[in-house]
Amino acid sequence: MLVLAFDTATPAVTVAVHDGDRVLADATTIDARRHGELLVPAIGHVLSEAGADRSDLTAIAVGTGPGPYTGLRVGLMTAQALSTALGVPAYGVCTLDVLAHETGLETQFTVATDARRKEVFWARYGDARTRFLGPSVDKPADVATDEPVAGAGAVLYPEAFPNATGPEHPSAGALAALVVERLRAGGELDAPWPIYLRRPDAKVPAAPKKVSQ
Amino acid sequence: MRDEPLVLGIETSCDETGVGIVRGHTLLADAIASSMEEHARFGGVVPEVASRAHLEAMTPVVERALAEAGVKFADVDAIAVTAGPGLAGALLVGVAAAKAYSLGLGKPLYGVNHLAAHVAVDQLEHGALPKPCVAMLVSGGHSSLLLVPDVATSVISLGSTVDDAAGEAFDKVARVLGLPFPGGPHIDRAAREGSPEAIFFPRGKYDDGTFDFSFSGLKTAVARWVEARERSGEPVPVADVAASFQESVVDVLTRKAIAACREHGVKDLLIGGGVAANSRLRALAQERCDAAGIRLRVPRPKLCTDNGAMVAALGSELVAAGVAPSHLDIPADSSLPITAVTL
Repeated sequence: MLVLAFDTATPAVTVAVHDGDRVLADATTIDARRHGELLVPAIGHVLSEAGADRSDLTAIAVGTGPGPYTGLRVGLMTAQALSTALGVPAYGVCTLDVLAHETGLETQFTVATDARRKEVFWARYGDARTRFLGPSVDKPADVATDEPVAGAGAVLYPEAFPNATGPEHPSAGALAALVVERLRAGGELDAPWPIYLRRPDAKVPAAPKKVSQ
Repeated sequence: MRDEPLVLGIETSCDETGVGIVRGHTLLADAIASSMEEHARFGGVVPEVASRAHLEAMTPVVERALAEAGVKFADVDAIAVTAGPGLAGALLVGVAAAKAYSLGLGKPLYGVNHLAAHVAVDQLEHGALPKPCVAMLVSGGHSSLLLVPDVATSVISLGSTVDDAAGEAFDKVARVLGLPFPGGPHIDRAAREGSPEAIFFPRGKYDDGTFDFSFSGLKTAVARWVEARERSGEPVPVADVAASFQESVVDVLTRKAIAACREHGVKDLLIGGGVAANSRLRALAQERCDAAGIRLRVPRPKLCTDNGAMVAALGSELVAAGVAPSHLDIPADSSLPITAVTL
């Protein structure tokens, strides 16, 4: 088994190669505006650091968000195209689940990431592997909690989420480990499609404005 | 010819997800998915709607193009993609796909200029481009006059619109006349029943000695004329307004294109972009080219509008010219200047 994993649903562009037992190589760059420039070179770099050829890969794993759409689509488009070009399956995992997995917590907590427009993408978990609410998008004040909160949401909105914990951004190593675990357990994995949660901003126009006085 | 490279081209600069496959100057596949119907009710292309549609359409359209061409991924020798200009979020989806195919297949990537691709596509229909030629690209997003010494390496901007693109003017006038979006085909059809001389609409920058265009004043003049009619309670003669408006646009376009050919001593004019599908533009351009002793090349309408074949055609030209491939860290550049044929 050789899994290439990456996530672009947050400011982190994170890539890892996992052989089923451990992460062989990984790389993460935090740059909210350059997902499209950074991702594919990072994949090439991580593959060569892992001593792997692209033809050795047996699966692609990708974070499906929710996250800012422009960056999110870079990861999903890359996963879909690599999957068809290499003839290997691509699996999607909710990015908030990756952050939850990384906390290792065994009690109830929340994951919240930056949704911009003064909102957060969030979900609630019973433990590191069990989501029971969300993902949703809301104003921090509307989902404020004293529970532990992982993800950048807790860093950005301490008044709503005073109990910050765990990682600020997801890591592709954790994503790969989660996919390996779910594949072994015969558990469900999602298709590599984005979780948007918001509809496109567009209004049906009114009648044309008059130009005469 | 079997030994010419097989190039797969990807286009996502606006609302069309286009994937074309060419070998040399031979078109093997031209697959397309359009999100136009999703945009029509908004009266224009909504960038986020277009970007979402590109992601959904990309892998199926690539598979369709491969099947149409009767080739496999392993046969592809190079990947070309529109890197700009266009809608930033839409471009990014195509560029991400192209980079992934390049990495996954181990084949070189060519990030190319959308406008240069509109020029190169004519080689699929009419063979090698004369060097130099003048190209006029007219669409909903662009109105440019280009001097093209060599489409693979050197494209020079002679002029462009200072406000609305020609196709944008068609869309806006269609809306004033109550015709559907996109306006071009509807105005073309309505105009056939009307007189181009019924109303004299202004011709922006007609005699200013530049190769720039302006269509914003024309659009406003049409709206004023129609509103005056409505105010006086008279019916609006839609066919005459459409024909007279269209005449104003194509008069300026063809006049400046011919002048550009004359000034640069060029004997070949190419017209591309969605507005090149306009029947009156084609007719008047032919008439004026004949009178001026200029050869006119206009690709068939399906190759004039945005498509993947044009990107593949330019990619093929770049491979043949020995131009170095792009790096995998190139950005999508929404305002890529025409001076950059590749990125």
